[in-house]
Amino acid sequence: MARFVLRRALQSAVVLIGVTLVVFLLLQLVPGDPVRVALGTRFDQETYDALRERAGLDQPLPVQYASYLGHALTGDLGVSFRTGQPVSQIVLERLPATLSLAVTAVLFALLVAFPLGIVAAVRSGSAVDHAARVFSQFGVSVPDFWMGIMGILLFAGVLGWLPPSGYVALTEDPGRWATHVALPAVTVGLVAASILTRFIRSSVLEVLSADYVRTAEAKGLRNRVVIVRHVLRNALIPVVTVVAVQLASLLGGVIVIEVLFAWPGIGRLTFDAVQARDYPVLQGAVLLVAALFLLVNLLVDILYARLDPRITVK
Amino acid sequence: MSERTERMPSQRQRPRTDSTVLSVDDLTVTIGTRRGPARAVAGVSWQVRQGETFALVGESGSGKSMTLLAATGLAPRAATVTGRVRLLDHELTALPDDRRRRLRGRHVGFVFQDPMTSLNPVLPVGRQVTEAAEEHLGLTRRAARDRAVELLELVGIPSAARRVDAYPHQFSGGMRQRVAIAMALACEPDLLIADEPTTALDVTTQAQIIELVADLQARLGTAVVWVTHDLGVVAGIADTVAVMYGGRIVEQGPVDGVFDTPTHQYTRALLAARPDPSRRGEDLVAIPGAPPSPLDLPPGCAFWPRCPVRADPRCEHELPPLTPVGDGHTVRTFYRGEAG
Repeated sequence: MARFVLRRALQSAVVLIGVTLVVFLLLQLVPGDPVRVALGTRFDQETYDALRERAGLDQPLPVQYASYLGHALTGDLGVSFRTGQPVSQIVLERLPATLSLAVTAVLFALLVAFPLGIVAAVRSGSAVDHAARVFSQFGVSVPDFWMGIMGILLFAGVLGWLPPSGYVALTEDPGRWATHVALPAVTVGLVAASILTRFIRSSVLEVLSADYVRTAEAKGLRNRVVIVRHVLRNALIPVVTVVAVQLASLLGGVIVIEVLFAWPGIGRLTFDAVQARDYPVLQGAVLLVAALFLLVNLLVDILYARLDPRITVK
Repeated sequence: MSERTERMPSQRQRPRTDSTVLSVDDLTVTIGTRRGPARAVAGVSWQVRQGETFALVGESGSGKSMTLLAATGLAPRAATVTGRVRLLDHELTALPDDRRRRLRGRHVGFVFQDPMTSLNPVLPVGRQVTEAAEEHLGLTRRAARDRAVELLELVGIPSAARRVDAYPHQFSGGMRQRVAIAMALACEPDLLIADEPTTALDVTTQAQIIELVADLQARLGTAVVWVTHDLGVVAGIADTVAVMYGGRIVEQGPVDGVFDTPTHQYTRALLAARPDPSRRGEDLVAIPGAPPSPLDLPPGCAFWPRCPVRADPRCEHELPPLTPVGDGHTVRTFYRGEAG
């Protein structure tokens, strides 16, 4: 197991270095000269040249990349063009907001999708099954920003139960954090829940017709035992992947939702960085998102190997 | 194999000598489909006594498996089952699902066709072997584990104590079928239902599995229902046989009687279709045509469209009753022409 983890971790590291290269090169292709943008209207050639030199932009590309990578490895992702703050600090500051939103949204999605998907499959054709189908159709087809706006109108506007937007850190005041996270998390979570419900339903349905489920029924096991021990144990293995992909993509920050709810997470940061052409921050954000994605995938692979004995761990 | 004989735990005394373990009476199964009701099984009756082997023979889709699934309460939800089924002293068909479930688990063991798919891939084999015993005999997890080792030894799994925690994918097909047999025997059932247990295996493994079941039956006195399309197997192990076609029994009786004087044209065609080593190099004999669809069965004998003789025109439009032709030997045909 340790060797498996190590091997997967090394693979992830290689991918991550690849990501740094892509991130680095991508920004070379983006039109617009960052230094020019940073200078704005106060442009003069001397300052421009000085700034370019200080940023190392006058060096050849491979040298720039090597320097970028070297610094990145020590946690130095450069400084923001806009504020002059270290990028790593800016990015990490935004992480808790995104993390708490993503985790809450995924938990909400799991809470809805698991019972709904399982019951819809076990009682396929029933009222619950139809309700589940309507729900997931609704969830995947209605845009999340629209649901977010409706949520704000209803719960913040008409009912006045929840704040319309804003963020309070979990560590600062858990109660107020909860009221603030509720609307964005449910908005994002509903989409995830609809996709998951569908996936869980079809996965359970498929396993229900498996030969080994008939074997379990032939043994005269109680229905609950058949479902939990034989059906779910098999049906939920592929679900892990879908949950992980959803979590990973939410960790990247949900740009529209974070902007809509004034949620100061990675998504919002990315949005602002793009608008301001603050390339070091954008690079840092993309790099962090990629790293989180790889981390989640690594954890899923490990979990998979534990859940499915057929996956040989060498 | 004989050393393992003594290892069978608690050779339970079976008070019912020569008594009927399972009897199926006028069983009919209709399955609702989008294209209308499909009559998978119609008016099937048979029984199997303690220590006896009853073979249910027929082509794919003849209703063999459905008969057994329906009799034991395992028919799909879309199926309507009528008729009476008696297991030991219990009228299964009159019981609520929950009672039937417990009687099935306690007294009937199943071995299904494909050992590659009939075992749960994510549960250790030992656990699968004895979970029925945990449920119906109240074994603790610890006792169940010991019992699993015993049962795996009983069916000839080498180093069972080590293999008890292994997963199905770590076993070969033949070994998996042994695991499935151990599983079926976990509650010391009165009846073992083997639904084409050798079809998915290679020939040498088939022989081993057949021998294993016959050996266990001799030792345990279990009644066995063996579903197969392989008449060679039937001749070797069964006491009585029923040949099914189009959801009905067309010929039924003691194996000797049916094999010596096959009377229904379908039985004869089946016997003729067996590969014969003395006719090596010749084409294998096949029955022309295909079995009828359960959605659209002929009014008379279901085999009429493929019948090579068609000697009695009543067979086409009128359903022949099962009529006795010998000692316990009954046939569903009007035709009584020359035999053989």
